[in-house]
Amino acid sequence: MELKVNGEMIKTDISSLYDLITDMGLNPVRVAAELNGNIVPRAEFKNTVLKNGDSLEIVNFVGGG
Amino acid sequence: MVSEEGYYQALSERIGEENLRRLKDSTVGVAGLGGLGSNIAMLLVRSGVGKLVIADCDIVELSNIHRQNYALEYVGRKKTDAVADQISKINPWCRVEAHDIRITKDNVSIFSDCDVVCEAFDDAEQKVMLIESLSAMGKRIVSGNGMAGNGPANDIITKKVGNDIYLCGDGHSDVRSEGSLMPSRVAVCAAHQANAAVRTVLGLEP
Repeated sequence: MELKVNGEMIKTDISSLYDLITDMGLNPVRVAAELNGNIVPRAEFKNTVLKNGDSLEIVNFVGGG
Repeated sequence: MVSEEGYYQALSERIGEENLRRLKDSTVGVAGLGGLGSNIAMLLVRSGVGKLVIADCDIVELSNIHRQNYALEYVGRKKTDAVADQISKINPWCRVEAHDIRITKDNVSIFSDCDVVCEAFDDAEQKVMLIESLSAMGKRIVSGNGMAGNGPANDIITKKVGNDIYLCGDGHSDVRSEGSLMPSRVAVCAAHQANAAVRTVLGLEP
């Protein structure tokens, strides 16, 4: 299926949001994810099934402030 | 002695009557009063924001002074008290609601009356927690993400994600890998956040 991730189209067979985030090399506890305009809480990452055409913003947060 | 009328007249001459009217009517939250939040709060009060809701559970430490907007006399005092004291010295008519608490998803409702909230934590997981919680409340959030190290100021940008989340920073400079937090670079990020909050209040970031 095709997904739009951070503005770029990608082809993937990964079906869960959690697996997509870890496949990107990111630690899910430091990630804010938006799926089709709505924030998905981290507790829902594993249960969130991705569908063809979904649009995602995956934001990796770093420390410092 | 300066009068309230005289103060706002002088401010109006510099920022404009309509800008002042909107800002004076606004309530802005600042979550965390470290390098980002202590500087954001000062910029917001100088911009004429009518009410600030500030929160932090820490005290001012000597290691904070280099990048955080505190003078030496505040070492050992609660950060909320120190910021409230400084606000009163810049604009005694700015209302301050100070919460000396550690913000969790269970008490994030302290920001429910805010038009916009600036996330200014240092810990990445805390940042995500606040964004999740405020987003569920339908709040506009301006978050700081990536301002450690010695990188160029121009790498720090303001980026909108979705409808209500603004990210300020370079997106990657982590204090753990960079090993330093430089006062000028942290202040650049703080100014980006304050500017995004002000623009939200002014209706320029619909």
